[in-house]
Amino acid sequence: MEYSRYMNSGIQSVSPSGIRKFFDIANEMQDVISLSIGEPDFQTPWHIRDEGIRSLEKGKTWYSPNRGFSDLLKEISGYYQRRFGITYSPSTQTLVTVGGSEAIDLCFRVMIERGDEVIIPEPSFVCYEPLTVMAGGNPVIINTKNEDNFRLRADDLRAAITDKTKLLVLPFPNNPTGAIMEKHDLEEIAKVCIEKDVFVLSDEIYSELTYGGRDHVSIASIDGMYERTIVINGFSKSYAMTGWRLGYALGPAEIIAQMTKLHQYGIMSAPTTAQYAAIEALKNGDRDVDRMRGEYDMRRRLVVDSFNDMGLSCFEPLGAFYVFPCIKSTGLSSDEFCTRLIMEKHVAVVPGTAFGECGEGFVRVSYSYSLRHLKIALQRIREFIEELKNGD
Amino acid sequence: MDKLLQLLSKNSQFTTGEIAAMLGEPEDYIKAQIKEYENQGIIKGYQAVVNWEGIEDSFVEAMIELKVTPKKETGFDEMAKMCMAFEEVESVYLMAGAYDFALIVRGETMQDIGMFIAKKLSTIDGVISTGTHFIMRRYKDRGMNIFDEDNQADERSLIL
Repeated sequence: MEYSRYMNSGIQSVSPSGIRKFFDIANEMQDVISLSIGEPDFQTPWHIRDEGIRSLEKGKTWYSPNRGFSDLLKEISGYYQRRFGITYSPSTQTLVTVGGSEAIDLCFRVMIERGDEVIIPEPSFVCYEPLTVMAGGNPVIINTKNEDNFRLRADDLRAAITDKTKLLVLPFPNNPTGAIMEKHDLEEIAKVCIEKDVFVLSDEIYSELTYGGRDHVSIASIDGMYERTIVINGFSKSYAMTGWRLGYALGPAEIIAQMTKLHQYGIMSAPTTAQYAAIEALKNGDRDVDRMRGEYDMRRRLVVDSFNDMGLSCFEPLGAFYVFPCIKSTGLSSDEFCTRLIMEKHVAVVPGTAFGECGEGFVRVSYSYSLRHLKIALQRIREFIEELKNGD
Repeated sequence: MDKLLQLLSKNSQFTTGEIAAMLGEPEDYIKAQIKEYENQGIIKGYQAVVNWEGIEDSFVEAMIELKVTPKKETGFDEMAKMCMAFEEVESVYLMAGAYDFALIVRGETMQDIGMFIAKKLSTIDGVISTGTHFIMRRYKDRGMNIFDEDNQADERSLIL
């Protein structure tokens, strides 16, 4: 049968994620050492898992309310107040979703009208562009640059805005670059958004993973932005809870209400067991977050130092768990670099181009691995670079 | 806790350059600090964590509970010193609880350990009683899983 005739052409036109290719190669190889995974290597802290288990023992196996359990909504609201100084009503401005990804999708589908432009800084996580397209919007890409430490510049934003611009995606701390936006950067962005009447989707999923004493700042805390920002966050990265699939959205009640409607019809409610575990995470998980952040920080320093030492210049990433070294000095494209690295040294990293065309000349290296694993991988990469230099 | 000591107690094979990078300190400072800890006797030595199970001509170990009468002037220290002096004894811990000392004792066979306890340990003046527990298998040692390699495989999958 000609199946394509039966399926939505817009959906079919969206291409699958480019990270996969290297993973498929890696899968077929023995002895591959990967630095390509984008999730914590830590297991969910035991006391959090235990609360999930306990809820099952007590027979808590039913749906939760559409928005999420009220205890969890209160904890989320309290957490944003305590950590980032922003107040959201648990009952009208908070929605628990199946991971941050669902919340992003809901936000796009609620806000975008056909033909609306959505500004997406790249390199960034692979979902924003396809989800925008599938919601009927037109993605407008801003390339962030190495020399700006991959931060979004207000003048670049201003230049990208047209009368069709509806939404700016603000993906910081950033996957894949590790870039963050500090308060003064956000103030500049806020000015433009307010002046040009642009809404912001602030994806803060890595908000607990910032380093060098620079705490995450949410753009929603900047004057005039609270009412024009949807904040997306979740439990995956901060509490090492990727598999539990739990995220949330915070924002103006009117928009959260529409997102809740979509969520209600399409998903019904987020996983019950995960919600019980998440309540425990927010109540008693601060120490775990600190411990994991400390571990990541040591790895980050080691990896950045090693790349610079190898001659692959690497700006200091202050967030998430990725470094984004520049590989232009090797004369190889990102794709060639990654292909040869995996074929010759059996080390898997992801080409920067998987996160946008402007990722050309860079690779994403995840340091969500044990120090021992990182040491072995870095040694192999070092050998690879030496051999390239010697023209082998 | 001291980050340098924490790192070294987990893995002493990092180079001083790597440690310096991880802790954001100059390498010279790290080198000096390690020397200092060694001189002060804070760092006592560097050992490998071995999984002996696959090794032939291996040994057996037992955990021995010891009840003793503390001496008036020296308390438990003198007894501890006497226990430490035996080469069969790997570790000596003073305990709070049902008994006073826990010893880890190593021998070629169970028989060896039995003889050691009967002849050398229980005859020490002041030892009231002993209790012996043979160690059958090590699952985790000094924070390392030394039992099932499978459990340590990376089960994460790339999803996007």
